[in-house]
Amino acid sequence: MDFAFFLIQLLNGLQYGLLLFLVASGLTLVFGIMGIINLAHGSFYMVGAYLAWSLSSLTGSLTAAILLAIPLTVVLGMALERLLFRHLYQRDHLYQVLLTYGLILVFEELRSLIWGDDVLGVAVPALLNASIPLTENLSYPVYRLAISGVCLLLAAALYFLIQKTRLGMMIRAGASNRDMVQSLGIDIKLIYTLVFALGIALAAFAGMINAPLSSVFPNMGSQVLIICFVVVVIGGIGSVKGALAASLMIGLAETFGTVLVPEVAGMIVYVLMAIVLVWRPEGLFGGRA
Amino acid sequence: MNSRLQQFLPWFVVGLLALFPLLENTFYMQLLTKVLIMAIFAMSLDLLVGYTGLVSFGHAAYFGLAGYALALMVPKYEAVSLWWSLPAAIGVCALFALVTGMLVLRTRGIYFIMVTLAFAQMLFFVFHDTKLGGGSDGAYIYVKPAMKLGDFEMANLEKPAQFYWLALFLMAATYLLLRRVLGSSFGRALLGIKVNEHRMRALGFPVFRYQLASFTLSGSLAGIAGYLAAVQYGFGNPEILSWHQSGAVLMMGILGGMGTLYGSVIGAGAFVLLQEVLSNQAWFGAAAKHWQLAMGIFIMLVALYMPQGLAGLAQKFRGKPATEGADE
Repeated sequence: MDFAFFLIQLLNGLQYGLLLFLVASGLTLVFGIMGIINLAHGSFYMVGAYLAWSLSSLTGSLTAAILLAIPLTVVLGMALERLLFRHLYQRDHLYQVLLTYGLILVFEELRSLIWGDDVLGVAVPALLNASIPLTENLSYPVYRLAISGVCLLLAAALYFLIQKTRLGMMIRAGASNRDMVQSLGIDIKLIYTLVFALGIALAAFAGMINAPLSSVFPNMGSQVLIICFVVVVIGGIGSVKGALAASLMIGLAETFGTVLVPEVAGMIVYVLMAIVLVWRPEGLFGGRA
Repeated sequence: MNSRLQQFLPWFVVGLLALFPLLENTFYMQLLTKVLIMAIFAMSLDLLVGYTGLVSFGHAAYFGLAGYALALMVPKYEAVSLWWSLPAAIGVCALFALVTGMLVLRTRGIYFIMVTLAFAQMLFFVFHDTKLGGGSDGAYIYVKPAMKLGDFEMANLEKPAQFYWLALFLMAATYLLLRRVLGSSFGRALLGIKVNEHRMRALGFPVFRYQLASFTLSGSLAGIAGYLAAVQYGFGNPEILSWHQSGAVLMMGILGGMGTLYGSVIGAGAFVLLQEVLSNQAWFGAAAKHWQLAMGIFIMLVALYMPQGLAGLAQKFRGKPATEGADE
């Protein structure tokens, strides 16, 4: 494996890992702060990708599509939290699993009714549709680098939001003691709604920016969801830092696995998870559960 | 209902079900066979969720594994003997459940749900991506297993009625076995662990070993259901391992009522029939293609408004607590 090839795989792995982080961070926030397991999280990734396809064919630009779609997904997230998830905070995980499983079926069928079952393509924005030559026959697409850059910016913004702002302080306080925060006069319900909508918007955004690379197809959400579960288990529930570390680890492991040992590539992430479970069942960055 | 009636009711139901093939309606008999198989599957999950307090979202792994185990044991155009292939399939499931159980039982709650799902998905990819079980097309079982004692043919499973009786027998046997297990001191300890794990540990119970035993038994029983399902459909493909299957069996359990055992049987029946009705093209026309939409909405409504399932409704009617665990 020469250096240029290695570099390409490394960049691909990092880009995939960073994309996973966007989906997984929302998942881990909702788990950690609200104590809710959301199997339908992957469906929002799918919704994002399909919205990107529809709106970009409508407006002719992916950037415009993303700017239009983000408010839509935030509203969708807030509405679902109000209508459905709010009723399950105090209930057993069993019912959260069941409700969100039902939600997946509904999302998949609505997708089939609205968009059909074909694979759809989204064009890379013209501005970023270029490649950087590495050797005479290998080059690297600018769009992938742009995705990585955007994901890194969002990761930094998320860190700043949670660790450095007043809202972030309330979110962290709400995670450790809901009732105490409420009796201090903070509207915890509103905070839950915001966190849930934020998580969903992140997943949908990941679907939107990845649409030109992965194309848009049925069941694309469940694939991402299960990998993100592995990410959350490895990183530790509720830990955004853990989600970042685990996403990058999984991204690199899967990318290099596919190139080097294609027969067992599908299993590598699960073996990694098994090792972490034996070694640190609470996850790399998780507190004792 | 007095306790004497309660004791005999299950046997009365089994007796009635045993008479069903006399109606000679093959379509409904096969549908009922599917219900019986799913009832075994749902009961095996109830042991885990309803009685041990462990919510698994990867139970299809054991169901599918048994199906694949059978498909790989069958020679191409010959029948395999049920006497050793069924125990072998159950054994494979027990072993896989033991190994995965040791890993997943290191976690609790949300983690447990995710990890069981992830291991089931791992198995899905093993069969989907490698040539082992025919990849995404699956593996076929051309000849159904033989049940012979010496030269005497006890049952011919190619005949729907005889296969139906086998499924009914195994369903009743599973029910009886689980009743026995749950009535024993082991079963009482499991309920204790479900209600308060820490207290049971403080009392000196080896909680991990009890949970592992329950997990392994549950996986093995799911294997019986998976074996029968593979015999009924004549193939095993990755779909039988998919998480939709895990979700469906969880739904059956909750629909019937977790922690009651007989609720799982009722739930399996209700779920399979509902699926059949919703996807009936004669009744719903083009909408039948999108039956999952109605099913999804139904599942959400059950989760929100009917947490104790049908058994819970019945017991509420009689003014009793819904689960056996609730009055401990």
